[in-house]
Amino acid sequence: MKKKKQPIFNIYIVLMLIFFYLPIIYTIFFSFNETKSLTHFSGFSLRWYEKMFADRTMMEAIWYTFIIAIIATVVSTVVGTITAIGLSKSKRIVQNLVEQINNLPIMNPEIVTAVGLLMLFASIKGIEKGFVTLLLAHIMFCIPYVILSVTPKLRTLDPNLTEAAMDLGATPWQALTKVIVPQIMPGIVSGALIAFTMSFDDFVISYFVTGNGVNNISTLVWTMSKRINPSINALSTIIIVIITIGLILANVVPLLKDKKEKKRI
Amino acid sequence: MKQFRKMTIPYIVWMSVMIVIPMLFIFMYGITKEGNSVVTLNFTLDNFAKFFVEPIYIDVLIRSMRIAVVTTFFCILLGYPAAYAISRCNEKTQTLLVLLITLPMWINMLVRTYAWMGMLQDDGLFNTLLGLIGIGPIKMIHTEAAVVFVMIYNFIPFMILQIYTSLTKMDKSYLEAASDLGATPIQAFRKITLPLSLPGVVSGITLVFLPAVSTFTITSLIGGGKFSNVGNIIETLFLKSGDWNAGSALSLILAVIIMFLMYLTKKVDKDPSNGRGRI
Repeated sequence: MKKKKQPIFNIYIVLMLIFFYLPIIYTIFFSFNETKSLTHFSGFSLRWYEKMFADRTMMEAIWYTFIIAIIATVVSTVVGTITAIGLSKSKRIVQNLVEQINNLPIMNPEIVTAVGLLMLFASIKGIEKGFVTLLLAHIMFCIPYVILSVTPKLRTLDPNLTEAAMDLGATPWQALTKVIVPQIMPGIVSGALIAFTMSFDDFVISYFVTGNGVNNISTLVWTMSKRINPSINALSTIIIVIITIGLILANVVPLLKDKKEKKRI
Repeated sequence: MKQFRKMTIPYIVWMSVMIVIPMLFIFMYGITKEGNSVVTLNFTLDNFAKFFVEPIYIDVLIRSMRIAVVTTFFCILLGYPAAYAISRCNEKTQTLLVLLITLPMWINMLVRTYAWMGMLQDDGLFNTLLGLIGIGPIKMIHTEAAVVFVMIYNFIPFMILQIYTSLTKMDKSYLEAASDLGATPIQAFRKITLPLSLPGVVSGITLVFLPAVSTFTITSLIGGGKFSNVGNIIETLFLKSGDWNAGSALSLILAVIIMFLMYLTKKVDKDPSNGRGRI
């Protein structure tokens, strides 16, 4: 069927994109404002960036955000992958059960997961709200996403390959690292990416489980946003730049790889 | 290959502690009276009744629902044409557009909401623009309309992506068959495209409605605390007034609504007679 060009649709898409990017452009623009105003641009300055880098709580929050996102990503990717592989060889009933429970934190509104964890941590004596609770919570909500992105790759795997490897004398460990893992690598990588962004971006759960002055970027923005503070714009701009670069890399690198491989063939 | 089965044991233990026990906590707190120890449990349904009896809570529940329903409605109304428009582009443009829509979603919701806070001020971007053509200033920030507007902004990408996915999954040969048999494009859209994209709309509704009821950031920042929703009450009950029993009961209600919506989505998605039966 021939598609007719309909300019009205193109205009609509452009309007939508303007709508989506307006606040982002606004944030970046006003991060360079000379004065405190969020409404009138009076001149270019890097004042808010200087202020941000001089602010200890802000730098701490950035540090916590990164360190937690990195640890949570590594742990959840390893545990999630191991679990997904184990599940693929388990009985149907175990698979279903784990899948159902795993879906709970994905399906539930974040706030429900958050209050559940709040009560869990409060009931354990000797655990203080802060870095540890924040990290445990982040690992908790990241693992289901890793399992979710690795499992489909395992389903398409040929089980005969693993069996062949073991028949030929490979130990289970060798079969795992040399046969299974390389084949499901794309799933593991996308799982890790999702885990990192989930952890990096999380506000609701972090807000409920943190304490004792431990803040990540989101919880800090929340406490600061009650008053006008253009340093938030500077911080946001840096986040936007990091995420944009990350997403472009994540999308462009596989494309380049594809091209290289095609050339080789 | 049974030796691999043991690999699930650590996670099953972790999952029981970190996912199952918190859910049990919510359940137990929800159905018991305040000040319980493990030995003496006083069961009650007062925690639930509270939300349907006390006028303050009824107000909030009604407002929550109204805001969420209006937000969802506009997300469908504005999101469907966008998804449809994207699905008609060529493949490369489609990938690019999907990436462009996904990108803002990765940027913290708080950050984007904070930007709207600045733009919607009395002397903000919109009122300045309106002033240029001699209108205004119109009160925008701290109104219910502004809350709905920012919610639409934050949640419409979910709707667009869901509808887009179901539109691209659609078998295009149906449309060709329809036009061969003499259907006008509008008829073809109404009888084929629309019903076949319904599963996408339904899962989009779930993805928009849920956060619209439970987010407490947008209502606080844009509504100025005047338009609290279910999320705000849960936040207050847990972090300010410390009434964990009532907070748990409300969380439980929320969880049940969500499970029900999810179940509905699954049913629409799997039902083979859906849409196709009518063709």
